[in-house]
Amino acid sequence: MKQVYGRPKCLKEAHFHYCPGCGHSIVNRLLAEVIDEMQLRDKIICVAPAGCGMLLYNYFDIDTLESAHGRGAAVSTGIKRVLPDNLVFSYQGDGDLAAIGTAEGFHAANRGELISVIFVNNGVYGMTGGQMAPTTMIDQVTTTCPSGRNPALAGHPVKVCEVFAVLGGTSYLERVAVNKPSAVVKAKKAIVKAFQHQMNKTGFSLVEVLSPCPTNWKMTPIQSCKWIDEVMVKEFPLGVIKEVKC
Amino acid sequence: MKKLMSGNAALGEAAVLAGCTCYFGYPITPQNELTEYMAKRMPEVEGGVFIQSESEIAAINMVLGASVAGARAMTSSSSPGISLKQEGISYLAADELPAVIVNMARGGPGMGNISPAQSDYLQATRGGGHGDYRTIVLCPSSVQELADLVPVAFDLADLYRNPVLILGDGMLGQMMEPVSFDHITKGKDFPKDYILNGAKGRPSRMVRSLLFDTKEEEEHNWKLYRKVKRMEQNEVRYETTLLDDAEMVVVAYGTSARIAKGAIKRLRQEGLKVGLIRPITAWPFPKEIIKETANRVEDFFVFEMSTGQLIEDVQLSLEGKGRIHFYGRPGGVIPTPIELYRIISRHYYQSKRGKA
Repeated sequence: MKQVYGRPKCLKEAHFHYCPGCGHSIVNRLLAEVIDEMQLRDKIICVAPAGCGMLLYNYFDIDTLESAHGRGAAVSTGIKRVLPDNLVFSYQGDGDLAAIGTAEGFHAANRGELISVIFVNNGVYGMTGGQMAPTTMIDQVTTTCPSGRNPALAGHPVKVCEVFAVLGGTSYLERVAVNKPSAVVKAKKAIVKAFQHQMNKTGFSLVEVLSPCPTNWKMTPIQSCKWIDEVMVKEFPLGVIKEVKC
Repeated sequence: MKKLMSGNAALGEAAVLAGCTCYFGYPITPQNELTEYMAKRMPEVEGGVFIQSESEIAAINMVLGASVAGARAMTSSSSPGISLKQEGISYLAADELPAVIVNMARGGPGMGNISPAQSDYLQATRGGGHGDYRTIVLCPSSVQELADLVPVAFDLADLYRNPVLILGDGMLGQMMEPVSFDHITKGKDFPKDYILNGAKGRPSRMVRSLLFDTKEEEEHNWKLYRKVKRMEQNEVRYETTLLDDAEMVVVAYGTSARIAKGAIKRLRQEGLKVGLIRPITAWPFPKEIIKETANRVEDFFVFEMSTGQLIEDVQLSLEGKGRIHFYGRPGGVIPTPIELYRIISRHYYQSKRGKA
């Protein structure tokens, strides 16, 4: 009998710690599938962040390094410059890339570092208990904006892809989501493309993944998936934000 | 053959000869000559990488990435920049990764000024960043010694898989002296069975410092502590000058030690029996020689270009014996040998009178 679905080889026999309905498990799974299908297991190095995504090094049977909060792009830069023939990706959350690590991400992108960033945007600080992120929606309630995010006090949601798009070093920036099967298929294709841009030495690549966080959004998983379409996508439009010829 | 070079440039050349292939840095006075030297020199080295980073924080994290990829990596900065690097230094220590970090220190807390000072001693010797760890701190006192200690720093970093600091100051970095590199070589290759380079033909590896299990974290901290003890036992370095018959012993490191040598020369000409203990490693501190000397010498004179940070280590080494005199000039003031000669002779005669 032909097997059409199974556990990706580069995913260890471990249980994800992610909350029910969390998008990280889908993004982890997609990455594992891509690594298998592109046969990258022996040459890829993952830089894990602080936050919910950090523990992915427990799940992947590939070389992994944990970096300090926000420093993923700088650490990846160091690795990639020493090992230009390897594939290096940094897995980062929204606080990581759009707050504490803005400088590192921005300048790695501007230098055109040949790394890929998988940027999981769930609009909230997950692991620390649901505080406001730079990507929190206007009026969205979090533990540190209990009356909803007020742009007059806390600024506006940060659009990483659009900001990075004007930088000369970026070659591929796409925003995807993992809230429904059709979106998941697109997300996987975007990850493949980001890695292709890196392998072809075209420039810095980044995939922003809009990802549900039912626990901190205080919603059911189904409500969370709908909320992405109804609210988040309006602020963060999906699709290719920038692509240069690969 | 000797070349006339600034301390900063000599340090860069020594690093290249010692096998450094990666330099990441952010400009800050008074160590810019090193960054500039590496910008020119790194592209000439096979696999050489130079990046002028967006910040000191980025630079130290690039060092961490290069180190985990197996390269000999270095960064440099001056006091305020070193404060920013402390996060990364703590991670390097926790991840057990080698790296060389140079601090050409400047005057004062905050912005301070760009003149040489020794006010980063406690930051350098007590870990600096968060958590239970220490870094070896090498303190040269001439341009030649700066160059000589660079391969030592890289070897120690590799041997212990721990960050190693070179603590100089603006004067050492910027002064020009003849320097020879003839004896500086890459040295031996250390096993790199921890590096991440893609898990080809081997099981995958994980480098991390987060250990949720408190018992695991405790064991990791004890492991780092055992390393600290090994370094304390094996890596103490110091120099003594005219110690045998000394009745008063100056303890000073780096630029201060050099000034002290000038003062001691003059004191000796006048018949004052003053000697010098110069820590070459500020950590691990050469406490044994101080403790030993205290069996026959009562007066110790700590001289430092700060308000007195070295005093703590001398005090701890004396274990209650002896008497400490202190002279310090913080804020980037460089005392002259004559100035120090006057101060030491005053203390010398006062303590003689006290004994009489």
